[in-house]
Amino acid sequence: MTAVQTPAAEARAPGSRPRRRGSMGATPAFWLFMGPFLAGLVVFVYLPIAWSFVLSFNRAQNTVQPREFVGLQNYIDLLMPGPFLDSLWTFTIFAAIIVPLTFVLALLLAVLLNQITVARAFFRSAFFLPTACSYVVASLVWKLSIFNGVRFGLANQVLSVFGVENIAWLSSVSPPWYWLVIATVRLWLQLGFYIILFLAGLQRISPELYEAAYVDGAKAGWQTFRHITLPQLRTTSVAVLLLNLVAAYQAFDEFYNLLGNSSLARPPLVYLYYTAQGNQDYGHGSAGAMILAALIVLVTLVQNRVYGFGRPEA
Amino acid sequence: MKQSSVAGTAARYAALVVATVLFLLPFYLMLRNAFATDKEITGVDWTIFPSSLRWGNIGEVFEETSGGFARSLFNSAFIAVAQTAGTVLLSSMAGYALARIPFRYATPIFYAVLLTLMVPPAVTFVPSFIIVSRLGWVNSYQGIIVPVLFSGFTAFLFRQYFLNFPRELEEAGRIDGLGYFGVFWRIVVPNSLSFFAAISVITVVHSWNQFLWPLVVGQEQDMWTVQVSLSTLMTAQTINLHQVFMAALISIVPLVLVFVFLQRYLVQGVAESGIKG
Repeated sequence: MTAVQTPAAEARAPGSRPRRRGSMGATPAFWLFMGPFLAGLVVFVYLPIAWSFVLSFNRAQNTVQPREFVGLQNYIDLLMPGPFLDSLWTFTIFAAIIVPLTFVLALLLAVLLNQITVARAFFRSAFFLPTACSYVVASLVWKLSIFNGVRFGLANQVLSVFGVENIAWLSSVSPPWYWLVIATVRLWLQLGFYIILFLAGLQRISPELYEAAYVDGAKAGWQTFRHITLPQLRTTSVAVLLLNLVAAYQAFDEFYNLLGNSSLARPPLVYLYYTAQGNQDYGHGSAGAMILAALIVLVTLVQNRVYGFGRPEA
Repeated sequence: MKQSSVAGTAARYAALVVATVLFLLPFYLMLRNAFATDKEITGVDWTIFPSSLRWGNIGEVFEETSGGFARSLFNSAFIAVAQTAGTVLLSSMAGYALARIPFRYATPIFYAVLLTLMVPPAVTFVPSFIIVSRLGWVNSYQGIIVPVLFSGFTAFLFRQYFLNFPRELEEAGRIDGLGYFGVFWRIVVPNSLSFFAAISVITVVHSWNQFLWPLVVGQEQDMWTVQVSLSTLMTAQTINLHQVFMAALISIVPLVLVFVFLQRYLVQGVAESGIKG
């Protein structure tokens, strides 16, 4: 934990005993710096989870007090075939769409940006600007303008040029066009973020690697991309995939604003919102939160095993 | 790269230009619809831009919502400032303690912080709401602000940053008679302003755009943030399209300004948080 100290610093032994008038020792200083944060962490992170854990074994309709112990009933209710399991399935579909798309498009645009010299900053800013918008704003533009189901929606306007009938983008079940709406909202908002991560990764690759490859007769293009760029981007790629996956797991805003409480596509947090806030059922809401937290901890532990990513480097 | 042909370069720029048009398209739609009449928006034929810019639409948003939208803008601004100040203050001090102040139980405490990184706050919004309701903080500023101040992630970023802070500067401060508190405030903070700016900017953006937590805690209209307000406008029974788009446009102005003037810090913040995260 304690960082290595230089021998010169050792002589004055920083933080061993109070050495001067007015300066406090290490232990009081530690508490002064860490205390408020730690207290908040206990009250607003650990305590809620513990409380919810207890509540998840109780019937808690319209109350947040554990009064009626029901054992595992809430968990059983949720894990039986029904809306909660459906919501996990919705997340799976969503992740299967958004994660590969984001990865490929962000990498492609980052590579293109990295290869040009003129106006790179301009293009990067253009891709990054959507980050200024919230999911609510994006959903609003998507729902009321681009993918509005009536004639004046932009997508329908463009399609009408080709003689295509109006498409009800958000309510059509087959084909499920709503996935197109949902996925493009997120792509527009988050691509800029991942482009910046990939750009940073690309710029850390030593040019000498490419030069050596050219000397060995490799051609610029797919060959060097496949054998130099991709392997060198391994850490960045893993980070991008995981961040993206964890973000998709917490998807709420665009689903809530575009589809509401629709059985078409209701991801876990939307389901929990309508259970806990809508029906005031905090027992099932708590049990759901515990399951979601357990699942993500499990994924984190597994990926830590596999990649050693996010391990504290002391 | 070096031996890329003219055709290759042209193709790259063509692809980037197409992508840029797609990325900027939603901004165009917001501008166009915000300054138009509903008739122009819903017309059978697409109008590229409204025949005249209706600046009156700006005032209309504030009048038609009878001050509700103005109030939500104020709420968002207040929450963003308070949340950013609180987060940066608390996490920077915690990060400094973890990086630099020797303490017997520092390691278990560090792990208690790391453990919270595994579960994103949104996943546990139900437990957090339960505590807020026990405290009687539903529909209050503190209910929206305080529970999200204790970001283990931000504290972790600060710790990583302080581990690489030049020790010699701190030693010089010690020799001048400063304690931990003095070294932190007079030497470490003034020499880390760009890092503090990066974390602050990214926290402001995140706070302004957050939706789920303010929706859950700020239930009454007085406590709506601008995002909750927009969400309500767009799902209302009757929608005045130009008003909704004007409201959306107004809501992004502050952050677009942040982008234009503070992009350097924002990009730095994104790179820091993304890579470490």
